[in-house]
Amino acid sequence: MAEEIEIRSIRNIVAAVKDTYNFDFGNYATTSFKRRIERAISVFNCKNVDELITKIKADKNFFDSFLKEITVNTTEMFRDPSFWRKLREDVLPIIGSHQNIRIWHAACSSGEEVYSMAILLKEMDLLGRAQITATDINQDVIAAAKKGAYPLRNMELNQSNYERFEGKGKLSDYFSETEGMAYMDTSLIANVTFKPHDLVLGPGFSKFDLILCRNVLIYFNMVLQDHVVELFSNSLFKNSFLAIGSKETIAWCKSIDKFSTFSIEEKIYQKTKE
Amino acid sequence: MDQVTINNFRAIVIGGSAGSFPVISEILLNLPKGLNIPVILCLHRLKHIRHGFIEALNLKSKYMVCEPEDKEKILPGKVYLAPSNYHLYVELGNTFALSTEEMVKYSRPSIDLTFETASYVYKDKLIGIILSGANSDGADGIKKVKDRGGFTIVQNPSEASIKTMPEAALKTTEIDLVLNTKEIINFLNR
Repeated sequence: MAEEIEIRSIRNIVAAVKDTYNFDFGNYATTSFKRRIERAISVFNCKNVDELITKIKADKNFFDSFLKEITVNTTEMFRDPSFWRKLREDVLPIIGSHQNIRIWHAACSSGEEVYSMAILLKEMDLLGRAQITATDINQDVIAAAKKGAYPLRNMELNQSNYERFEGKGKLSDYFSETEGMAYMDTSLIANVTFKPHDLVLGPGFSKFDLILCRNVLIYFNMVLQDHVVELFSNSLFKNSFLAIGSKETIAWCKSIDKFSTFSIEEKIYQKTKE
Repeated sequence: MDQVTINNFRAIVIGGSAGSFPVISEILLNLPKGLNIPVILCLHRLKHIRHGFIEALNLKSKYMVCEPEDKEKILPGKVYLAPSNYHLYVELGNTFALSTEEMVKYSRPSIDLTFETASYVYKDKLIGIILSGANSDGADGIKKVKDRGGFTIVQNPSEASIKTMPEAALKTTEIDLVLNTKEIINFLNR
């Protein structure tokens, strides 16, 4: 286990990052953020927090690697297959009647859910009308998402999720295999605009019919959750949808009175008030 | 050790894997009346099955078992179960926090992480219990509980249906009590 650091040290790191690069981690959830910092100290072979801070301040490239290490990028295709079935059966039939289907993957990480969504839309014959925006704080994972190359060993889980999702074919219809890697069919993401965006300090930039932000709020404290849900609320058309992780909730956020629960089971909310 | 009773503690964490289900069921059926601290369960389970497990636990449990949502307040007299495919942390401020971070010892939820974060918050006011299981998850966690002054119990490996997990726990630190299921229940009720 990595060496334990103090809460005071975390504050020092947060301040250094804020001063130097204008990212604000001050309202990240304490326990997971502390773990990520401990992990980063060990991954980058730093002796202590001070050395980590010195390196962050001195070297933008180092900071980029640090940023990738402290944000959590574990994701799956079709994680929670019943959620994706719900989108297919109840959500997309509603927004699919619009001329354009505008979707935002907020904090898209390495893109597994972007591909899941594209496959779902394609199987419903909706992909051509979809305008998808995928954002993340981290440029490296955006590059990975665009490339769509995933280790084959990850595909076993993705395939079994896809089977439980009961897709039209096989997941392997959408990728080719070379040397231990799965290369996704990138025509799936022809309509996807990838761009860097920070949910903490970044502004809203458009309006959407569906925002997916699954298992991201768990890394934020309640102050920041509140802020981000308000950003989402302002970025949704009336009667459009917000999907979060199966164990996340917006029940105690200030913006909750603008939403009604569309699926309590799959954590899909509908914005019913402006 | 006669004076140790659960009233002196702020929480109980229990970790288990293969072979722990009947033990957990017995414990939940026989929790003391008027339980005034939370019981936090971190059990390995199939990640793609979100339902069924908790219903099975609730069939026998004296107290309602629920899967906490992120940032849910931790309340006394409640039994919480780590949701499938998430790590369950005890967060500062006496709430839960969830995480999808990397698996630890091939496990998510990780018993080590639940124990470690619980001991960080509850310090010496925590009871940690490790039950039957087929890997060494929980061993580092219960060591943290012990290092921070908490009280540690491991299911007797000779009773456990799979003894890898209890034995791993016994190797990492000096465990306070090694008990059979009945004795664990007696301990919780004294």
